[in-house]
Amino acid sequence: MAPVLETRGLVKRFGGLTATNDVSFRLERGGRHALIGPNGAGKTTFINLLTGVLTPTSGQILLEGKDVTHSRAELRVRRGLARTFQINQLFPAMTPLETIGLAVSERMGGGRDWWRVTGSKREIVDEIVDIARRFHLMDILDERTSNLAYGKQRLLEIAVAFASRPKVLLLDEPAAGVPEAERHELLATVAALPRDVSVLLIEHDMDLVFSFADRISVLVNGALFTEGTVEEVSNDPKVKAVYLGESVYE
Amino acid sequence: MKSHTEDDVRRVLTRRGRWGFSEIAFWLVAVATLVFMPDRHLILNEIAIIALFALSLDLILGYAGIVSLGHAAFFGLGAYVAGILAQQGIGNPLIGLAAAALAAAILGLATSFLVLRGSDLTKLMVALGVALILGEVANRMAWLTGGADGLQGVNVSPLLGLFEFDMFGTTAYAYSLTVLFVLFVLARRVMASPYGLSLRSIRDNPLRARAIGIPVNRRLVVIYTLAAAYAGSAGALLAQTIQFVSLDVLAFHRSADVMLVLVIGGAGYLYGGIIGAVVFKILQDYLSDLTPQYWLFWIGLILVLLVLMDRERMVSKARTLWKRTANRLTHRAEPLATTRTAREI
Repeated sequence: MAPVLETRGLVKRFGGLTATNDVSFRLERGGRHALIGPNGAGKTTFINLLTGVLTPTSGQILLEGKDVTHSRAELRVRRGLARTFQINQLFPAMTPLETIGLAVSERMGGGRDWWRVTGSKREIVDEIVDIARRFHLMDILDERTSNLAYGKQRLLEIAVAFASRPKVLLLDEPAAGVPEAERHELLATVAALPRDVSVLLIEHDMDLVFSFADRISVLVNGALFTEGTVEEVSNDPKVKAVYLGESVYE
Repeated sequence: MKSHTEDDVRRVLTRRGRWGFSEIAFWLVAVATLVFMPDRHLILNEIAIIALFALSLDLILGYAGIVSLGHAAFFGLGAYVAGILAQQGIGNPLIGLAAAALAAAILGLATSFLVLRGSDLTKLMVALGVALILGEVANRMAWLTGGADGLQGVNVSPLLGLFEFDMFGTTAYAYSLTVLFVLFVLARRVMASPYGLSLRSIRDNPLRARAIGIPVNRRLVVIYTLAAAYAGSAGALLAQTIQFVSLDVLAFHRSADVMLVLVIGGAGYLYGGIIGAVVFKILQDYLSDLTPQYWLFWIGLILVLLVLMDRERMVSKARTLWKRTANRLTHRAEPLATTRTAREI
């Protein structure tokens, strides 16, 4: 079966700098794939290419076998590619309820609905409750987002992406900056994401990578350095040399 | 901890669509002025028109975050369209109103593609430029607009064929207030819809809005066009009720005044424009009585104080206080177990 997300020879140059260098990458359906690499390896550029923030210099991006290389960002979302951000990108003045409600009704085409009051459709409300339960946001649904604890904001960050029912979910360092006390809830929620969502995880935290991913790709200087199962990559001496160092055996 | 059922969630989510007691009271008071303040109808008419104009600016500024200093372009165009139609013998005010709204909407749609490019400063300047161009065009086309002398001979037929526009402004005020109310209800409904929610999300964080799949530019074009139609309607009301149009309707100070009105009343909750218009007009009236030449000094001072004092914080404080008092009076349970609710700014 075709991979749910695939890039072929993806290149992005900024002037003389090659930020993404001939990356051919496959994310299998239902996969839990981690993308790791040292700082400046080009992980963020790669995500921006996938989501349509940047246009590649050359190469192709295929979502479920369809070429989306030049599709607008919002179209890719509707085709099933959603992302979270490394630094929270939320709506500070809105409540989690409104935020999730917005994402759900956008997916159902509700954004063009300018006459019905938000929340008057049963299926939207049911789904909001569903998502809020899954992401442990029920108790704070009507709080202002800017007043939420950081861990809850991180959960909301993922919940919003999840609300657009993605086939592929790109998680950009989901646990970054979350204090220890709130960490467990977040990791458990990420681990419990349903299997029909394929996940690409960009992460620095090796504990999270090893516990979550079934495959790992290593990006170095914009190019794919190696790829394999967690076993293979963590035992690869070359990987240890360029990236992992001693941290694997810590 | 309290968990919410689907019904709770629905109730909270549809909260925005429901009419509260204070809102109903607000409009009842407005209607009451029609009966109980007969000698004030001329100024009340002006207030209603400014309120509609400010409501229009609120749609783009308060809800979509588009700063404009050229909103008078749409107001002025609406005024001239309605005025010229009436002068040319099409005196039915409702036809003039519809034509003005349509013309302004078309101008809004056409210029939205220019205005929505670039940064806030670009938006501000392009909108300003459009208004300046329009002002000069109206000046040059004196054969049509009357140029600097103003448009003479605007004859508006009785409203619905029944109500003559009288010199006390009673028909005028009733007409303007009704149009304001109808357009307000429409705006309120739109802002309570998923579309309105998506606008607020764009204002708060366009990057994320796009990442949810919202076509940001298309949404902004729509609201800009709608706001232009509202401003055009306000202009038409002015032309029809004072039966005269001068270049002043396109002047820069109109764009600035309406921004001032919105700053006074507060942007982003629809009533800001109306409350701002009332306060602005009363202040203007009172201060220009007091010091005919220097009243703008006081307006300026009030503006500076308002902006510095952080109105949002004051309003939310007043709200908490009001809620606490109201709860004590009625022993009503809080609808959801929360401490703070989001402000609609």
